[in-house]
Amino acid sequence: MQMLITGIFLGGVYAIIAVGLSLQYGVSRIMNLAVGEMLVAGAFAAFWFSTAQSLNPYLSLLVVIPLAFGANWLIYRYLLLPLVRRAKTRGQLEVDSILVTFGLSFTLVGIFLWAFGGEFFNYSFLSVPVEIFDSRYGQNRVLAFVIAFVVCAGLWIWLNHTRSGLSMRAISVDTRAASLVAIDVEKSSNFAFALGGAIAATGGMVLSTFLTFDASIGIVFTLKALVIVIMGGVGDIRGAIVAALVLGITETVVARLIDPGLTLAAAYVLFLLILLFRPQGLFGRAQT
Amino acid sequence: MKLKQSDLWMGLAILAAFFVLAWLPLAPGADGWLSIVVPITMYTVLATSWAIFSGPTHYVSLATAAFFGVGSYTLALGLESLPYPVLLIIAAILGAIMAALVGWATLRLSGVYFVIFTLGLAELTRQVFTWYQNNMGGTRGSYVFTDLTDAHIYWQLLALALLVYLVGWLINRSRLGFAIRIIGGDESVAKHSGINVAWSKIVLFMVSGSVAAVVGAILAPRFVYIEPSMAFNPQLSFMVVIMALLGGTQRLWGPLMGAIPFAFVWEIIASNFPAQTTLLMGVAFLLVVFYIPNGISGVLIRWYHKARSKPGVSHE
Amino acid sequence: MKLKTLSTLVGAVTLAGAAVFSASAMAEDTIRIGAAAPKTGPLAGGAAVTYWPNVELWAHQVNERGGILLNDGERHPVEIIEYDDRTNPTETIRAVQRLATSDGVDFIIPPYGTGMALATAPIFDRLGYPMINVTAITDQTDALTARYDGVFFTLGKTTPLAQGIARLAADMKANGEVGNRLAMVNVADAFGIELAEAARGIFEEEGFDIVYSTSYPPTIQDVTPIINSAQDADPDLFVAFSYPPDTFALTEQAQVSGLMDEVDVFYTAVANAFPAYRNRFGDGIDGVYGVGGVNPEDPAFVEYKEAHMAVTGAEPDYWASAVMYSSLQVLEQAIEGVGTLDRQAVTEYLKNNSFDTVMGEWTFNNQQISNYWTVGQWQNGDFYGVGSFGDMEGTADPM
Repeated sequence: MQMLITGIFLGGVYAIIAVGLSLQYGVSRIMNLAVGEMLVAGAFAAFWFSTAQSLNPYLSLLVVIPLAFGANWLIYRYLLLPLVRRAKTRGQLEVDSILVTFGLSFTLVGIFLWAFGGEFFNYSFLSVPVEIFDSRYGQNRVLAFVIAFVVCAGLWIWLNHTRSGLSMRAISVDTRAASLVAIDVEKSSNFAFALGGAIAATGGMVLSTFLTFDASIGIVFTLKALVIVIMGGVGDIRGAIVAALVLGITETVVARLIDPGLTLAAAYVLFLLILLFRPQGLFGRAQT
Repeated sequence: MKLKQSDLWMGLAILAAFFVLAWLPLAPGADGWLSIVVPITMYTVLATSWAIFSGPTHYVSLATAAFFGVGSYTLALGLESLPYPVLLIIAAILGAIMAALVGWATLRLSGVYFVIFTLGLAELTRQVFTWYQNNMGGTRGSYVFTDLTDAHIYWQLLALALLVYLVGWLINRSRLGFAIRIIGGDESVAKHSGINVAWSKIVLFMVSGSVAAVVGAILAPRFVYIEPSMAFNPQLSFMVVIMALLGGTQRLWGPLMGAIPFAFVWEIIASNFPAQTTLLMGVAFLLVVFYIPNGISGVLIRWYHKARSKPGVSHE
Repeated sequence: MKLKTLSTLVGAVTLAGAAVFSASAMAEDTIRIGAAAPKTGPLAGGAAVTYWPNVELWAHQVNERGGILLNDGERHPVEIIEYDDRTNPTETIRAVQRLATSDGVDFIIPPYGTGMALATAPIFDRLGYPMINVTAITDQTDALTARYDGVFFTLGKTTPLAQGIARLAADMKANGEVGNRLAMVNVADAFGIELAEAARGIFEEEGFDIVYSTSYPPTIQDVTPIINSAQDADPDLFVAFSYPPDTFALTEQAQVSGLMDEVDVFYTAVANAFPAYRNRFGDGIDGVYGVGGVNPEDPAFVEYKEAHMAVTGAEPDYWASAVMYSSLQVLEQAIEGVGTLDRQAVTEYLKNNSFDTVMGEWTFNNQQISNYWTVGQWQNGDFYGVGSFGDMEGTADPM
């Protein structure tokens, strides 16, 4: 039970990062290697709120969400859209977007280092135990899971029960067909990318309440998010959430029962197994 | 297969160039220069072998650091019991085996999966390795005490560079090279013309993997103390990609055109802006992708064609 | 008009020439000291606490005195030339080489971190620079000093550091203050593995029952399973040979889960002695053990700590900071003792003299300092050395 809950808490954190990337990759067709840096940006903002301003770090969300949304909107509009337009094939766009977002991630790390330095950062927030089923968990983790749940549920409702959400899903299924039914693909893609970035930054803010981070930690989470999105099936929020929980639980179980040194190996084995036996991902549609 | 005369001259010119380069460590003041020249040679070898695979196939590999680390540790672990040259060969074989395994699992899938898998490969190898070291081997193999100096390392890298150029040239002339070019153009066409697509890709990946492992082994004595975080440093993979792209991957000599200017620009950045190196590296990467997508060699080839066509135009 | 331009030009050239001349005269007066260490990369966090502030503090204090006194009877100020090695040994090698050949510095402060330091030891040796290492911890110091004539070590060897906590625990067990059940974890990176391996031998020898033992990768994201597993094993001691990010994570999770209250000995390694650790956990870590230590009541340390805070605005750490500063004091005293910038003579002087530092009197024995703190404990907001190798004065009693 304790293992399961710990795993679900970890999976929740993975989910919030992965759904951001899933949106960016599924709708905007950008394999964003800088998603981890968005997360770190959110973490830095929370850190600054908590230590320099002595405010509740969750208040920083009021600033983080609009700022991250705006920044990602600009990134897509001016850095990535030219690539989308110049790319002849989906494969070409994938290579280009990987390279550009990779350069972008380095640039962002450089900016963080410049602004904050290379030290480790952390602060204490709600690091008090709460008892669930006879085991103790940090309140900051429980809260993080609640936020993750709210974000994922909100996104789910938006995608499935609103008109704008429907057009997002349409784009992720077939870009060309979507533009035929009068969906403004570029505008929607831009919106999805910005929203994905804002979600990732929210994840970073949440994560910073219990994680010691530094300017260059983003890549670790980018990697996890990528693995989850591919496992879940491209462009499917449901798949990303399930994959995140599966990964979180797997890692926890492996760490508890086998060895903490083999968690990443376990994650990769899972990743490979899914790729080999279900290349379209858990919930992905087989490509025609 | 018959050698064309131009090929022969080209080969001789390259040999002569290498002969001249080999004397470099004996030049006055070489001590200071070697610490730039060794990384340049290292990156040239790595980026060239990277481009042999990634250039024609368009699969972006971020696994260089994983192979490099395996090579470094092969040397460190075996130094006490086996002669040095044997260890280099073992490193090459291990690199090839690892590349074959990874290639077998991922190269049949789309390019994105491959990138993601290789992105994590260095960290995965490092964790599995340190886990093994922690539970079975202790700290054996952390120290590499040899009498090899930068000059020795440079000579070995130079020889390896020559070998890589030779292999690259042979591949280009062979059936494999032909097959790979078709695959790069259109994979389904390649499949229909009876080419074993997956196998061709795996063989090239093995070449690039084993070269990176040998480079790791050659460089290990330079660091004296081998730490997992250094041997499997993911930055290495990225630097190799940047240099190969900067130079251009369409020609064998392309990555060389990337490694040399990059090293000098890097030297200027590192000595003048020690606080902003990461930022400037990221910006440099962005500029390369946006403005010189075919690399410096692409630009040079365009100029060359322009210069050649100009007199022709004036005659008409 | 033309003539006027010409004369202006001549004037300008003369002025520039004079400026160049005076600059070179200045350059002869100052002693140029190079420093290459991480400002970015995985070790930047540690270097920002231990390395850079002490370089700044020392240069500031030397220049406040007017400089280092040489044989010409004058004080020569020091000028520091810094490079970021990005925690990458290739860059470190290049940076040290650049300092020696392009910048032509008189002395070089060794890089930060064992790997980076050892990678450059051959260069220091070949170019004849003395190398007074601090943050280079290895068991191979004897092999290294035998190989390299001008290489010195000050912070100790791996095995005694790991033994610090093991011996302390053994003593406590003998006195019946602590039980027998030990949970031991370590970060699976070079230093963590070395420490764990050295400690395991002693613990087993002393009859401890290792009820839980594991390693974890340095990039671990969630240490909850580790703490939970350790807790399930119901240990009396929890010992973690950890690195900065996980030192914090393990401590926090141990507090949340209650493990910290259940064990009699709670130990974490690197970054435990950082002021940030106390600032993060406050009173919650009273009684927690960590690697290293100082005597915080020693007047020399108190004076050093106050100067450190006044000049750099930050508190020194309670382990390597003072040693780092001492190594610079030693360099300064050796240069003054020789009276010239002759590096060979300085190396010889280092070997044959003793030095007065904030860590007490230092004499190099086989190019190594052989008395140093190995284990300390947080007591009322200060970190006290409670165990040492060799003989350290002012060892506190564990509480």
